[in-house]
Amino acid sequence: MDVKATEHSWLLRNKLKIAPWVFLIPALAFFAVYVIEPIFESIWLSFYEWNGLYRADGTSTAVWVGVDNYIKLWDDPKFWTSLKNNLLWLLLFMLAVPIGLMIALFLNQTVSGMRIYKSLFFFPFVISQVVVGLIFGWFYNPDFGVVGSVWKALFCEETINIVGNVSFRCSSPPPDILSSPEFATYGIIAAGLWPQIAYCMILYLTGLNNVAADQIEAGRLDGAKGWRMLWFVVLPQLRPATFIAVVVTVIGALRSFDMIAIMTQGGPFGSTNVLAYYMYETAISEYGERYGYGSAIATVLFLIMLIYISYFLWRMYQDEKGGR
Amino acid sequence: MFPRPIEKAGPGARIGYQLLLPFVLIIWLLPLLAIFATSIRSGADINAGNVFGWPGEFAMIENYVAVFTRSQASMYFINSILITVPSVAISVSLACLAGYALAIYRFRVALPLFFLFVAGNFVPFQILMVPVRDMSVRVGLYDTIAGQFLFHAAFQTGFCTLFMRNFIKALPFDLIESARIEGVKEWRIFWFVVLPLVRPALAALAVLIFTFVWNDFFWANVLTQGESAKPITAGVRALNGQFVNNWHLVSAASLIAAIPPVIMFFLMQRHFIAGLTLGAVK
Amino acid sequence: MLQKSTLAVALAAATCLGGGANAADLVINFDDLNPGPKQGFDDAVALFQKENPDINVIVNNNDREAHKTAIRNFLTADAPDVTSWYPGNRMAPFVDAGLFEPVTDLWEEEGFGEHLAAIKPTMTRDGEIWGVPYSYYQWGIYYRKDIFDLLELEEPQTWDELLSACGKMKENGVTPFTIGTKFLWPAAGVFDYINLRTNGYETHMALTAGEVKYTDEPIRETFANFETLINECGFVENHASMSWQDAIAPFSNGDAAMYVMGNFAVDAFLNSGLDVSQLDFFPFPTIDPDVPAAEEAPTDAFFIPANAKNKEDARKFLAFVARPDVQTQWNKTMGQLPINSQADVSDDKFIQEGFAMLNKAQGLAQFFDRDAPAEMAKAGMEGFQRFMTDTSTLEEVLQRLDEVQAQVY
Repeated sequence: MDVKATEHSWLLRNKLKIAPWVFLIPALAFFAVYVIEPIFESIWLSFYEWNGLYRADGTSTAVWVGVDNYIKLWDDPKFWTSLKNNLLWLLLFMLAVPIGLMIALFLNQTVSGMRIYKSLFFFPFVISQVVVGLIFGWFYNPDFGVVGSVWKALFCEETINIVGNVSFRCSSPPPDILSSPEFATYGIIAAGLWPQIAYCMILYLTGLNNVAADQIEAGRLDGAKGWRMLWFVVLPQLRPATFIAVVVTVIGALRSFDMIAIMTQGGPFGSTNVLAYYMYETAISEYGERYGYGSAIATVLFLIMLIYISYFLWRMYQDEKGGR
Repeated sequence: MFPRPIEKAGPGARIGYQLLLPFVLIIWLLPLLAIFATSIRSGADINAGNVFGWPGEFAMIENYVAVFTRSQASMYFINSILITVPSVAISVSLACLAGYALAIYRFRVALPLFFLFVAGNFVPFQILMVPVRDMSVRVGLYDTIAGQFLFHAAFQTGFCTLFMRNFIKALPFDLIESARIEGVKEWRIFWFVVLPLVRPALAALAVLIFTFVWNDFFWANVLTQGESAKPITAGVRALNGQFVNNWHLVSAASLIAAIPPVIMFFLMQRHFIAGLTLGAVK
Repeated sequence: MLQKSTLAVALAAATCLGGGANAADLVINFDDLNPGPKQGFDDAVALFQKENPDINVIVNNNDREAHKTAIRNFLTADAPDVTSWYPGNRMAPFVDAGLFEPVTDLWEEEGFGEHLAAIKPTMTRDGEIWGVPYSYYQWGIYYRKDIFDLLELEEPQTWDELLSACGKMKENGVTPFTIGTKFLWPAAGVFDYINLRTNGYETHMALTAGEVKYTDEPIRETFANFETLINECGFVENHASMSWQDAIAPFSNGDAAMYVMGNFAVDAFLNSGLDVSQLDFFPFPTIDPDVPAAEEAPTDAFFIPANAKNKEDARKFLAFVARPDVQTQWNKTMGQLPINSQADVSDDKFIQEGFAMLNKAQGLAQFFDRDAPAEMAKAGMEGFQRFMTDTSTLEEVLQRLDEVQAQVY
């Protein structure tokens, strides 16, 4: 009886200490198993050579190789191609931010039917990247696609071939964007920009909604117009929107996987690879099953992302300190 | 308002603007319109190279029916629903609890834990890939619907917790304080005081997570092998291999895959945008 | 989609009345759900069941891609008694991890060495034989017979005949070869054949085994011939953006006349609107008359996992699978070639020509991506594709392949 009473009061006294853990544990457990632990396991695996097999007795066939995988990475031209393409993605993907802002400015009016227009402009973001990749893949296709058809109409003449079927003879062959090592990556990035611009646009539209009207009026009284107004009065107020737009665009660029998987599989001859796709191809595609090496690539990608994560967290921390 | 409202620039500018709008929209959505136009053409048109001209015949119904009868699209579609709905339900509920804990209670590790969820949400998938796959294979979750939604639920918990915690933190703290003073139990405060207040956030999160998970392609590739557990995104890719040179069918299948998130978006537009732009305004 | 069917359970129960405990289970994992191959397998299992009523056969049939992933797990966790898989380098990781049971003794007891001779080297690793093959199919040049007839061309037997035939095709506006290298492997078919004809079977196998360098003189000669083929014959434009199925379009439209392919493509040719009479086959022409002909013939086989529970009956099944009568019937149903030289083949013209060709072969290659380790295969095929799009990259390609080779082996 006594014990129960003290237990009860202990619970009562500490209820504000215990309660948060009761609320937290389900989410934390889930998150730890599927996200936190695998990060460490991947980093650990990057020091092994392993084809993912277990022996007949169930023991892993992994062999400790120290930093070998990282040394190999350093000498691997495909790794550098992927890294270079990642940088290209990062750089060009940033175009989504100003273009998104421009479209948002264009659409920030109140004529009738505007709501529908805004949502239709936002449309590409809602569609799966797989579908966007397929659409653009078809768009670029030199034989069956839009680019090919336009080219045929402009530069090719219809002839009848030896067996009597219609064929085309062209003054120069149609551009084969996705098979050209020079242009394929740009072609994929252009496709990736489409939904990303829509995302940035919606961020700015929401931001513009909240721009303080009195400041705009004050600016107008000071004679600010057009670009000057945008630069000195509006943009500073849009800073939170810009911050989020940059963050999601960086993450979008580094996560680029779906489009590449759909449009080129990293080809031709690896020239459109990015780290995310190269890792996948190395670790679990038909020509892969190199878990250790793949994990080393993933670790590098993770470290790059960690820079942004740290920056983001630091910003959040500053806000938290100021907030309360 | 910026830029200056068009009405103030006179009727000419306003009419010009309203004429310009549909034109710009068509250019913006050109790829989508092109694929829709392709999806209602007949195979004969495609083979004859008639991609832009007026369709020789309209085959919309035939094409869309063919996608379902000539492939396993309906199974992929159902799989997508079976993966997406539990993912949303689990991640949102877990995040409600966790977000509540992180927003309301003051304990030393609250902020680090919160940052852990935030950071996890930004991690590249590839760093999780090998261990998650290996574990799924070993516990028998590989190539199953459950294997996919458990992962999605866990991963999306990061984003949901970030969202819920910030939302709950913005609620008036006095409400909770006064409930406590009246001796209301903690879980009752959560259930009867906080939960009703966060309903709009729940709706916003639900549509967002629905879209994210529905559109997933990477994990569908990593965690499935056969047909039986594939969602529609991976399925459309498989169809692309199966319907070689049948662009009218691939187009129709692609559009079918895109429909549910689009419907979600139009039904819940306000919530969707509120969720997506959280943090874009102060 | 896992299909479980306990074939002839009733039969087993009936014959083993009172001795049910003796009925041993034999679990077989198979990897083809396509109608023909599935039927061939099911028929063979039914026959085996009938001949061995005391064995209770349990079949798990899975699709091929799924099987490739699943086998990595089930060999350890939940091993069947028999599984289908592929020889050459594809079996190497499992052999090395000790997941397969050697069956050298079975080959000796049953005298397979004689009738399955051509395939023996590729079933062997570390001095042991690891499985029993049941089927394969040929590669070679499929061509538009109607175009050849129009141009009054004969099937080329030699390299020079091939090149001059190409000349005539080009004069008449026909692209000699179609190919789709988007998914890389079709390019390897061309490379393999040029190398087999230039240097022969031993050198080719030494190359895929990492014992010969890509910059070595013999392989350079192969690439020189490859370049000749690209310049004097030529492939369709945009091959790098086409899958092998996409590449059928110019072939069936009559814009291209030849296709280096495997026999599985015949169905796709026919589905594209071509008639059997418009199609024919010839073996890849001789380049060096002193080099005996070796061919590409990817093979399907059965293996016994090291963790199998019923190895005794598994051996019975492997011996059964090698029998000429079994292989005859099986391959007739699935439209491929039996490996046992005493078996008969169906009268399909492509099968007949393939059978004649493979029976004369000095050796059988499994295809670049089965003979070479996965990483090497990927790098090699990317190199072939790159070389095909721009022959001036040769030196770079060869250097890169040597680097990868140095790392892989």
